[in-house]
Amino acid sequence: MGKIRIAILGTGNIGSDLLAKVRRSPLLECALFAGRNEGSQGIRRAKAMGVATTAESVEGLEQHADSFDLIFDATSAEMHKENAARLLALGKMVVDLTPSKSPLLCIPALNLSKCVEQPGREVNLISCGGQANIPLVSVLQRCELPVRYLEFVSAISSRSAGPATRLNIDEYILKTREAVRFFTGIPNAKVILNLNPAEPPINMHNTIYLQLEGEPDLFRLEKEMRQMEARIRSYVPGYSIRLGPIYSEGIITLMNEVVGHGDFLPKYAGNLDIMTCAAVATAEGYKDKIMQRR
Amino acid sequence: MDAKKPFIRIIDSTLRDGSHAMRHQFGAEHIRKYAAAAEAARMPMLVVGHGNGLGASSIQLGLSKLYDEEMVRLARAQLSRTRLAVFLIPGFGTVHGNLEPISDMVDAVFVACHCSEADVTQTHIQWVKKHGKEALGVLMMTHMLQPEQLLEQALKMQSYGADAILLMDSAGALLMKDVRARVSALAAGLRVPVGFHAHNNLGLAVANSLVAAESGATIIDCTSRGFGAGAGNCPLEVVVAALHQEGYDTGIDLYKAMDLSEDVTAPLMPKPQQISRISLTSGLAGVFSGFCPLAQAAAERFGVDARDILMELGRRRIVAGQEDYIIEIAAELAKKKDVAKTVKKEEK
Repeated sequence: MGKIRIAILGTGNIGSDLLAKVRRSPLLECALFAGRNEGSQGIRRAKAMGVATTAESVEGLEQHADSFDLIFDATSAEMHKENAARLLALGKMVVDLTPSKSPLLCIPALNLSKCVEQPGREVNLISCGGQANIPLVSVLQRCELPVRYLEFVSAISSRSAGPATRLNIDEYILKTREAVRFFTGIPNAKVILNLNPAEPPINMHNTIYLQLEGEPDLFRLEKEMRQMEARIRSYVPGYSIRLGPIYSEGIITLMNEVVGHGDFLPKYAGNLDIMTCAAVATAEGYKDKIMQRR
Repeated sequence: MDAKKPFIRIIDSTLRDGSHAMRHQFGAEHIRKYAAAAEAARMPMLVVGHGNGLGASSIQLGLSKLYDEEMVRLARAQLSRTRLAVFLIPGFGTVHGNLEPISDMVDAVFVACHCSEADVTQTHIQWVKKHGKEALGVLMMTHMLQPEQLLEQALKMQSYGADAILLMDSAGALLMKDVRARVSALAAGLRVPVGFHAHNNLGLAVANSLVAAESGATIIDCTSRGFGAGAGNCPLEVVVAALHQEGYDTGIDLYKAMDLSEDVTAPLMPKPQQISRISLTSGLAGVFSGFCPLAQAAAERFGVDARDILMELGRRRIVAGQEDYIIEIAAELAKKKDVAKTVKKEEK
C-alpha cells in the first residue's frame, strides 16, 4: 500500500518540524513543502533534503494539486481565514494547526475515528493546551463524575512562544475554552497561559483543576488517567502525568508535562511538539479513507 | 515646596494589591468605604480588582468574592475627581471577555506582563488606546532583568502606545542601587513617564520609592498602610509624607491620607502588615510576594518548611501566575524528606 502524500503549508518552525516527522512516518511522505519566501531557511533545508518545494504558497498548492492527498496548514489564524475557500476548493483533506474557527475539532486520543467518519474535509487541532489537557477531563466524565468547574493553567517556555503566539494569546484562550465545551459540554472553562523565561527553558507544564459535585473514587480515576496517558503517549511520546490525581476540598488537581521529541524544534518546545504529533497521528488516521478515494 | 521638583503622581492600588492580602475577598462595603475616603483624600488614581487583575479570579490565583464588573461599578459610584483604573495581565484576562465589559466605567488600564515578555501586551495596549483610555504598561518582577534589558522591553510597550511604563518590584527583592539603575535607564531612554511600584520584603519600600523619584520616576504606585501581598507595599501616607519633606508635590491631602490609613484601611486588614520570616525569605529568593500565603499553606499540608519551598521557587525562576508549582515543589520536598527518614532508619 502506498503512503499518504502530504503538502505542508507554512515553512516556519512548525512546518519544518512537521516535515521531519512526516519523513520519519512509515505511512506518510512529503509531496510538497509550500511557503511564501524562496530564500527562507525552511525551504532551503527542504530542498537540500530532496523535497519538492514552492514559494507560491496556496497558488503553489493549486498548481501541483495532483501531487498530494492531504494538507497540513501550519500558517496562522489570519492566513488560514484568507486561504480557507481556496484550500477547500482543492478537494483535499485539511488538517489545520492554526487557532482558527472550525466546526470539527480533533484530539486523536478522543475522537480521531469519529472525525474520519465525518463527511467534512477539514479538522482543526485546537491548541497545545487543548491537546494536552482535554483528554484527562474526558476521563472524569467517563467515570461519571460531574464537573462543576474546570481550569487549565499552562506554562510554556518564552523561547518556544513565537511572535504569532504572543499576538494571539486571547485567541488561544478562547479556542481552548470552545474546545472544552465541544468535547465535554462544560461551558466557561478558565484557561490561563503563562510564559516563563527561565534558562534552561522549561518544558510545557499543565495544571488542571476540576471542581467536582461528588466524591471521586481516586483509585479508579488514577487507573483510568494512566490508561489515557498511555493513549496519548502512543503519538506524543514525551507526554506524562507528573502529579495526581490528588483530591482536596472538592477539587481534583492534576499536572502533566510535555517534552518535545526534538525532531526540528528543541525538546523544551513540547507545546509545539504536541501539535505536530497530533497532526501526524490525525493524518495517519485518515489513511484508509484517502487510499479508498485514490 | 521646591519648584524645581516634578509633580509625583501617586497611584493608590490598595483595592487591587490589598486583594492579595484579603485572599481576594473584598466585599461591597469595603470597596464603597475605601473609594469614598480615597476621593476625599484627593487620590489622583485608584486601582480596583483582583490582585492579578481582570479575569484572574481562579482556583490557581484565588477566587474573588465579587465579579470584576461589580467591583468596578462600586468604586466608580464613589469617585468624581479620582480616576479609576483596572489591571490586566494577558494570559489571564482577555480583551473581549474581561476588558470590553467594563471599559466604559474606567479611565485607565494597567497592562502588565513578566518583565521579559512585553510583546504579549501589544494587542491589549493598542485596544485600550483605540478606546480612548489611558494605557499604562507594567513590567513585573523587574529584579530578574538588567536595566538595559528592561529598557528594551519598555520601548516595545511605548511603541504600542503606552502612556507610561511602571516597573514593579513584585518580589521586594531590589536594593536601592538596583532601583536607581533601572529607573534611570528607563527615564533616560523613554519619551513617556516612568513609574515605580515597591514591595517591602527587605524593608526598603519607602526608600526605594524615594530613590525612584530621584532617578526620574514621576509615578509612584503604593497602597494605604502598605496593605498588600506578603510583606506589603510601599505605605502611601508614609511615602507621600516623605516626598513632601523632600520637596515634591503630590496633590494629596496628607492628613486625610493618614486618616484613611488609620480609620479605614487598618480595620480592613486581617493582620498588621509585617515582614514575617516567610516574606523576608521570598524577598531573598526573588519570588513573587503573592506566593507567601500559598507557600505557607502548602508547607502545612505537606509537612515541609515554607522557606525551602520559596527558595526552590526562586532557584527555578518561577514567575507570578505559576502558583501551581508551589504544590509540586512542596510534594517533592516532602518525598525527599520521607526518603531521608527511611535512609536514616536503615542506617540505624
